[in-house]
Amino acid sequence: MNIEDKVKEYILENYLFTDDMSALGNDDSFIEKGIIDSTGILEVIFFLEETFSLAVEDDEMVPENFDSVNNIAAFVNKKTAA
Amino acid sequence: MDILKIDEKAEVGRIADKLIDLLRNKLHRRGLVVGISGGVDSAVSTALCVEALGAKRVFGILMPEHDSSSESVSYGQLVVDKFGLDHTMENIGPTLEAIGCYRWRDEAIRKLFPEYGDDWKCKIAIAGQRKGTINHFNLVVQSPTGEISEKRMGLKEYLQVVAATNYKQRIRKTVEYFHADRLNYAVVGTPNRVEYDQGFFVKNGDGSADVKPIAHLYKTQVYALARYLGLPEEICNSTPSTDTYSMPQGQDEFYYTLPYDKMDVALWNYNHGVSAAKLAATLAIDEEHANFIYKDIEAKRSATQYHHMNPLLIEDVKIGS
Repeated sequence: MNIEDKVKEYILENYLFTDDMSALGNDDSFIEKGIIDSTGILEVIFFLEETFSLAVEDDEMVPENFDSVNNIAAFVNKKTAA
Repeated sequence: MDILKIDEKAEVGRIADKLIDLLRNKLHRRGLVVGISGGVDSAVSTALCVEALGAKRVFGILMPEHDSSSESVSYGQLVVDKFGLDHTMENIGPTLEAIGCYRWRDEAIRKLFPEYGDDWKCKIAIAGQRKGTINHFNLVVQSPTGEISEKRMGLKEYLQVVAATNYKQRIRKTVEYFHADRLNYAVVGTPNRVEYDQGFFVKNGDGSADVKPIAHLYKTQVYALARYLGLPEEICNSTPSTDTYSMPQGQDEFYYTLPYDKMDVALWNYNHGVSAAKLAATLAIDEEHANFIYKDIEAKRSATQYHHMNPLLIEDVKIGS
């Protein structure tokens, strides 16, 4: 499973309670759509750190990195390539 | 600041009248119970209850626990003494111990600092706020020799520490309702406007009450009433603190992005549709910071809707009005 699908599956399962992949677009903003709140974002960061064995640094904790499936995938790709 | 100036005498009269009206027509209880923390909000709330009903219909409760500052009891006692209130002191430390508050909290802390012992102190500090990063939380601990260390908290540890310390506000409210039921009184909640608006309270803890007499007042106005009502100097001059963690913790360190007087001005300006540029000029900060403050006000309002929410039902159910 690619990064996008893994992230999407996590969001769908934990915040939308569905496995319907069409319920969330890869560019949908989690915050604007009211899918997750500030604690939810911290949960997503925790999920990424565990799943992709990476450490999110303080200055990387900006909403742009974590506010959509595509943004997260880009961030994870950058972190794991480094 | 002039924008926050109120006519203290008129405001005290208005609140006292409304309290009587609510007790008579809505609550049908014959007095008020107030948890007195030693802070200015509960002191002013107590004084307003006394203005409304007279001291003999107000029951004060002091509820220190292991991490309370020594001032919380001594200042609380000043309030009780000033009005000659019927009151009780209930040390909730043993209850919190029995229910696991300190044990759950310390277990989470030891995931970050294994050496953390019973004689250490701790607090949580908000991090990231100003740099436009996502708000997150650092754990600050102090060893018995005074050495201070700080680490970013993982989400699980943060949630567990907050959940454990929330026991404090929830146990206090349980004690308040015991006395309210025993006396046929109603329970007073003591949030000020910024706390109420920004959701800075524990759901079913200090957020729970039958009436909240100062929820419409900015903190600056609460201090003005404290002086007008002749409350003890120590309380009128105190700095707001959460008094929840064993290390001293300012509210602006834990929750807000500004000290209380500036936070009042920011929220007033936000509520009155004043532009971020004007707020920046008023507070002598740059516009980017003012924009961030406005965004943070909106974010906290939205994130804490859950705190204000009543239980949700699947469909409407008719109840008495």
